Amino acid sequence: MYQRERERERERDYREEMARSTGKDAQALFHSLRSAYAATPTTLKIIDLYMGFAVFTALIQVVYMAIVGSFPFNSFLSGVLSCVGTAILAVCLRIQVNKDNKEFKDLPPERAFADFVLCNLVLHLVIMNFLG
Amino acid sequence: MVNDGTFYFDEKLVNMREQQGPLATTSSVVRGLTAFSSVITESLNLTGDKILGIAKFFLGIGIPGDTKNFFDQVDSLACLENNRVSIPLILSLPSTVISLTKKDSLKVKVNTVLGSHAPPLTVTLVRAFSSSARDNSIIENQELKFDPQDAVYFLDDLPASFDVGEYIFVFKMLVQDSEQQTVYATGTLTQVPIYVTGLIKIENAKIAVLDSDLGSVETQKKLDLAGESTVSVSANHLQKLRLSFQMSTPLGNAFKPHQAFLRLRHETKVEHTFVVGSSGKKFEITLDFLGLVEKFFYLSGRYDIQLTVGDAVMENSLLRDIGYVELDLPEPPENASRPPPQPVDPYTRYGPKAEITHIFRAPEKRPPQELSLAFLVLTILPLFGFIIGLLRLGVNLKNFPTSAVPATFAVIFHLGIAAVLLLYVLFWLKLDLFTTLKTLCFLGVFLMVVGHRTLSHLASASAKLKSA
Repeated sequence: MYQRERERERERDYREEMARSTGKDAQALFHSLRSAYAATPTTLKIIDLYMGFAVFTALIQVVYMAIVGSFPFNSFLSGVLSCVGTAILAVCLRIQVNKDNKEFKDLPPERAFADFVLCNLVLHLVIMNFLG
Repeated sequence: MVNDGTFYFDEKLVNMREQQGPLATTSSVVRGLTAFSSVITESLNLTGDKILGIAKFFLGIGIPGDTKNFFDQVDSLACLENNRVSIPLILSLPSTVISLTKKDSLKVKVNTVLGSHAPPLTVTLVRAFSSSARDNSIIENQELKFDPQDAVYFLDDLPASFDVGEYIFVFKMLVQDSEQQTVYATGTLTQVPIYVTGLIKIENAKIAVLDSDLGSVETQKKLDLAGESTVSVSANHLQKLRLSFQMSTPLGNAFKPHQAFLRLRHETKVEHTFVVGSSGKKFEITLDFLGLVEKFFYLSGRYDIQLTVGDAVMENSLLRDIGYVELDLPEPPENASRPPPQPVDPYTRYGPKAEITHIFRAPEKRPPQELSLAFLVLTILPLFGFIIGLLRLGVNLKNFPTSAVPATFAVIFHLGIAAVLLLYVLFWLKLDLFTTLKTLCFLGVFLMVVGHRTLSHLASASAKLKSA
């Protein structure tokens, strides 16, 4: 009986320690990520910010649809897909512009940017047509 | 010679190309006859009856539809009007209906075929008898008086024993001047059917509902058939309906009309017609509903009663709704025959139908405008967040080319992108796809040229930086 109490106590201590360590580990992970991110070049940060802006806009539109229902469904789709599409194009641009990426070493970043602009214009034409 | 006193010639068909009918044949005979008789000095031996028969033929065919036939008819009549053989005289009556109530007198006219005046004659009513009793003649050898004003021969008072009905009057005419008797053809006797009409007395009209078993009268109501009143009775299928009345002529004799019908019409327009039987002056019909239940298709409800009594010589024929009977019949069994479908008023079937008002799809429920506007603002917010983030990141505009030519190109590049986006907004607002695409072509080409210039300038600048 005394032995079982001790066992239980040991278990409790063990769990506390695990929790604390996972908490500490998460914090450590987060810190390391932040510091690593700070090292990225500004251009890439701009693209990341743009992506975040696009995704956030999409989220707001989804929340609106959840509230009022999807009556002009084409409009909803057009809005969400424009955000998502431009985010994807931004991802493509980031991949092509990133100097650490060996595949696109020979591609000048201006060319990638020109592609990005062109694809965005086409995407937005289609979006405007579908908006209704 | 035909029975009605007309006389004509017809042609036997012997392979002739042109076939002449009896009218053309007879008219050619008449023309030849009268022309011949006008040139010879002796008189032809022809009886007046034959000439009169030919005249009656031409007068009896009405107006021919063909112009040639019409000419033949009129020409022949003109030949007969003044021919040397004998001039036919036609007896006609302006009216063959004598009304006892109006106290009409019998009028007779005698003319030549084309209507000119006849010489003085004595017209005698030889016999007058009822068409049902031909042997019994009511008038015998009555001479008609002449009215020089109207040029008619008339008989003033018909004897009191003239009752309503159909009669045949037989006339004879004789030229007064005995020398002229051979000149004119008057024929022997002329028979004319005459209708004598009058008011028929209908009295003692009753409608009664009788009990089927005992025959006792349950309800009895008097009918006023001359007036406008209506009666209403009710009966069930165990009872009988009896309608009775009496009819008599002005002279008090029994009268059997051509039509005496009783018609029951249901609310659903299903009709049943019965003949009212008679014995002497009494007319009676009894409808035994027990036997008629199946004929009536087991339809209970209100039946309109319509009585029809009519005859050619009856001046007060009646067709009248005399009331209605509420009939209570038992329920129809399974295999009872259905009443025949009633004719649909053609205006309801083929006429204009009720107007259909299109009910449009109810519009979807839209959110309140304030909510939509709030979310619009909310959606724009991330854009500002992006711009603020850009500023925080310290985005540098330093690489913007400052020298004149590339700078303008850069500016135009940005303006070009803005123009395309503006075009898109216009496209959403009011343009259609075709104009948008057309404008987009121009703008796109322009943008590509400018963009190529700007970006290649930038690329060369960064390449120079890298190499340097």
